[in-house]
Amino acid sequence: MPTAEQHGIKEHSDGRFGFVPVQTRSDRFKSVNVADFAPVTGREAVWKLSPVAKFTDLTAGELDGSVYPVESTPNAGITVGWVDRDDSRIGTAGAPEERAAANAWSSFDQALAITVSGEEAKEVTVTRAGLGSAPRGAHTIIDALPFSQAVVILENTGDARLTENVEIILGESANLTVVTLQEWNDGAVHLANHFASIGRDARLKHIVVSLGGSIVRVNPSVRLAGPGSEAELLGLYFADAGQHLEQQVYVNHDAPNSRSRVTYKGALQGTGARTVWIGDVLIGRKAAGTDSYEQNRNLVLTKGTRADSIPNLEIETGDIKGAGHASATGRFDDEQLFYLQARGITEEEARRLVVRGFLSEIVQQIGSAPLEDRLQAAIEAELRGTEEE
Amino acid sequence: MSVLEIKGLHVSVETDQGTKQILRGVDLTINEGEIHAIMGPNGSGKSTLAYTIAGHPKYKVDSGSILLDGEEVTTMTVDQRARAGLFLAMQYPVEIPGVTVTNFLRTAKTAIDGEAPAIRTWIKDVRESMARLRMDKSFAERNVNEGFSGGEKKRNEILQLELLKPKFAVLDETDSGLDVDALKIVSEGVNRAKENTGLGLLLITHYTRILRYITPDFVHVFVDGRIAEQGGPELADRLEDEGYDRFLTESNVG
Ligand SMILES: Nc1ncnc2c1ncn2[C@@H]1O[C@H](COP(=O)(O)OP(=O)(O)OP(=O)(O)O)[C@@H](O)[C@H]1O
Ligand SMILES: [Mg+2]
Repeated sequence: MPTAEQHGIKEHSDGRFGFVPVQTRSDRFKSVNVADFAPVTGREAVWKLSPVAKFTDLTAGELDGSVYPVESTPNAGITVGWVDRDDSRIGTAGAPEERAAANAWSSFDQALAITVSGEEAKEVTVTRAGLGSAPRGAHTIIDALPFSQAVVILENTGDARLTENVEIILGESANLTVVTLQEWNDGAVHLANHFASIGRDARLKHIVVSLGGSIVRVNPSVRLAGPGSEAELLGLYFADAGQHLEQQVYVNHDAPNSRSRVTYKGALQGTGARTVWIGDVLIGRKAAGTDSYEQNRNLVLTKGTRADSIPNLEIETGDIKGAGHASATGRFDDEQLFYLQARGITEEEARRLVVRGFLSEIVQQIGSAPLEDRLQAAIEAELRGTEEE
Repeated sequence: MSVLEIKGLHVSVETDQGTKQILRGVDLTINEGEIHAIMGPNGSGKSTLAYTIAGHPKYKVDSGSILLDGEEVTTMTVDQRARAGLFLAMQYPVEIPGVTVTNFLRTAKTAIDGEAPAIRTWIKDVRESMARLRMDKSFAERNVNEGFSGGEKKRNEILQLELLKPKFAVLDETDSGLDVDALKIVSEGVNRAKENTGLGLLLITHYTRILRYITPDFVHVFVDGRIAEQGGPELADRLEDEGYDRFLTESNVG
């Protein structure tokens, strides 16, 4: 007999203490040199949920580190250009914790630097569409000078076999939004590590949107380095048949009175659709007055999918304002479908309604109206995509 | 003049223990503007009848038919039935994550009418219906039934009844779990819908108390998958006094 229960929903949330990982997150080995890492086996903490056999070229092979075609929309106050490896900003936001990232770091010829200055609001879109299908390593710097403000949209389309590092540096009181949009071709493989360092009273909004590509792994790692700094990390992913979409989020509260919010939402549809979300939050000894919350929600639309969702919370100081996490994976089930259909709504429209509603919480927070509209359209296309199969 | 006819309806459901027959020959005709109450003990098959009319995929029609103005309903999809003018207020309304009440109502109204409602009058209609059902404005922006109390879910069902204007509505235990005040508010909503649109109603209930506020034209006693007795409103009073015992002598209680 149909009941009101939400079938198949697993939920847990708590107010304060989470799982304690074996090793403190900040103690992980780091190096910019690929030779310092042993060959990847797939048993490493960072790799254990990834299909490592499908991209040994990126973890173990030689990479093309040359410059590639980039297009960017012109904007006063934002410069986009190539800089040499000895640029003083390189290495200031973080360093690789795994072999693919280190391989990229060891390989790139020049780094793409996006430098933001000026207090007025502005937006730039940087597009990569011609990376080709040979294995590649790349490095990007996004440097928001003190008191500057901007929205930086990184758009990724076309073919790619790419491993890369993106350093995001926020000076004092900077206010930066970074959107990284993965709309790769079907066969693309993309492994990205974003390292952000946020200065005093600065605010980063970081949004990962992964829709297209075969294997897309974008791991943002954010250090709240200055007192009063703030990070809002958002993510939206839609995996369809055979796609692997992964994100390992790490927030390191390393200064007093810092604040973080992590919200990732994903939909899965089609056989073999696979998503991974790992959210590590570390509240360090210096981080008195921290306010932190992370959550991940997945919506399962069909059978044959798998969503991993693993929140971790480590607290090294007692003096915090709040810390919590939540993770839930729910199914769009037959009873929900029946309810909507019983109100005259067709099955197709019902699915659209639910997914659009579920993901729009993230889309609405992007803060660029044209991009929000485009993403809504992309989500609709994702929904139609599997229907046609 | 619309009519909903149920003829010789036999329905079964697949369970782990095999096929289970639930409805064993239901005959019932409801004309536009009539109120029929169906009363019966737990497990007698009342919800099964309601779900079968709405087209829930778990329930298999083995024989018999359901005709809406002469058209066979049992071969229609669930959404086709709703668009043809059938409505089911559910005993256990489902939560729909990510979809706000506002969005849901507009989508349903558009689907049923075949065109989007005129924005200004629609917003006004929704607001007024909610106010009459004593639903706070904030419900409009909440996800459908998510975190609603039992009573709030039932009001939300009646809100849809008022706004979607079906020809026939089945109310499956809309009264259960409501306190007296909520029961009155919900009953007024049902009566209002009937006055405004002249719809026919099939009111499924376990208790007689809702019948104090919604007066049925006919009362049917439902036992073991079929109608065991029918009469006027006085039959409800008798059931109130005597219970279902005399119908249960040789059948199981479920
Ligand atoms: N999906 C199902 N799977 C298995 N058995 C079912 C299913 N639906 C109904 N039944 C069984 O059929 C019988 C009738 O159930 P139904 O829900 O129609 O009764 P009801 O009259 O509405 O009861 P109540 O007053 O408790 O709401 C019960 O024995 C019930 O367990
Ligand atoms: Mg019932």
